[in-house]
Amino acid sequence: MAPPANRRSGFSRRAQYSTFLSYTAGVLGVVVGLGLVVVSIVNPGAFSSLRGAATDITEPAAKATAGGRVAGSGVLSSIAGFFTMGSEQARIRRELAEAKVRLVEAQAIEAENRRLKNLLDLTREDDGAVAAARLTSSTGGSTRRFATIDSGRDKGLTQGMPIRSTLGLVGRVLEVGGSTSRVLLITDTESIVPVRRSTDGVPAFAQGNGDGTLRVRLINLGINPLKKGDVMVTSGSGGLYRPGTPMAILTEILRDGAVARVLSDPADTDYVMVEQVWAPPPPPAPNENTGE
Amino acid sequence: MMGPRRSALPRSRINRVPSPLVAHSLPWLTIMLASVLPGWIVIASAPVLPPLGFLMFVSWRQLRPGLLPIWAGLPLGIVDDLYSGQPFGSAVLLWSLAAIVLEVVEARLPWRNFLTEWLVAIGLIVAYIVFSLVLANVAGASSSLHVIVPQMVISILSFPLVGLIVAKVDRIRLTPFVVLR
Repeated sequence: MAPPANRRSGFSRRAQYSTFLSYTAGVLGVVVGLGLVVVSIVNPGAFSSLRGAATDITEPAAKATAGGRVAGSGVLSSIAGFFTMGSEQARIRRELAEAKVRLVEAQAIEAENRRLKNLLDLTREDDGAVAAARLTSSTGGSTRRFATIDSGRDKGLTQGMPIRSTLGLVGRVLEVGGSTSRVLLITDTESIVPVRRSTDGVPAFAQGNGDGTLRVRLINLGINPLKKGDVMVTSGSGGLYRPGTPMAILTEILRDGAVARVLSDPADTDYVMVEQVWAPPPPPAPNENTGE
Repeated sequence: MMGPRRSALPRSRINRVPSPLVAHSLPWLTIMLASVLPGWIVIASAPVLPPLGFLMFVSWRQLRPGLLPIWAGLPLGIVDDLYSGQPFGSAVLLWSLAAIVLEVVEARLPWRNFLTEWLVAIGLIVAYIVFSLVLANVAGASSSLHVIVPQMVISILSFPLVGLIVAKVDRIRLTPFVVLR
């Protein structure tokens, strides 16, 4: 490509000054950027209201594209389903029969659970969902894993509320805007969730790897009892996440833990549920007679 | 059918100039849209989409050197930072640096072809993605380097496509449709 003709400033003072000023302005941009980075590292929440306002502005367009995205993936899965219909249907029937049995078992366990809780005088109101929201956008170009949902202060959301889909835990509310909120997905490297194995409650922590998988670290060192295919659920220790929410399935066993795949893939998730921040039940009150 | 259309086309171009408003605002608008767009395409659980805003910024500066001022990285970077998920200010910093580098490259290499422009862009893209990771990690994350490899490959391969889009938009930008008095 031919170079633009008027590159050289020559002896013209005016041209020399304007070249110098444009470079100075460029360096000023670098300095301002460096200052902003330092501020956001020292105080990560410094620009949260600005970000909230920005996502509030683009919310209508984001909602529209979210609809298109879901429709697009629906068409693709319909076409794929057309080719695998026969075998899929047979498998689904078999699984449905198994699931029916499991459902009856679960009902029985629930009934027993209620009876035992009554025996122990454990009454706690079931704090359910705060709002149903839609995942509208995410940070696909950054190594940080944030998503945006279309509910904010208007639906009574507050910071820290866990977000789940029907399949499992998705993340938690990080910044609340007027009508949108920013969600820290569980695959982000800053997200650490206390988990336990669903079958026997082996405790562990699940931290995001940043590439869509989770790193499960056992709390008890020693022989690694985990096996491929184990399902991890939230343990609720420390509060925040309600215990028993399904979260991840182990895909690769390591020496001190495992690598896990997230059960609720955000790419396939359309609507999510925002739950109350879970607080562990207070320790039982000490018996008043013992002190005397 | 063909006759009247052929004769109508040149007539509509006589005595017309591009709209100065469109000619000056379209680069800024397309870069801002490209900053917002990747978030809407997919709810990604890994960094798989290219930093479209940055690719668009580099493409515009390479196609029309001097159209965007060197300080354009400041306002455009702020917009990108609002939506990218990076620590605020990282795009302002890196885009401003990239603009200075492009300006220097342009002064040193006045005669460029597609390959040299792509090579320069590859260097900038790789540096941008690595420094973005470094800034995110300094601000609290702990992603490892292998996470960004797919994103780098996708970004490098999609850069010519972004360049094609920028060239098309540039033609729209300079379409004469305002009647000259």
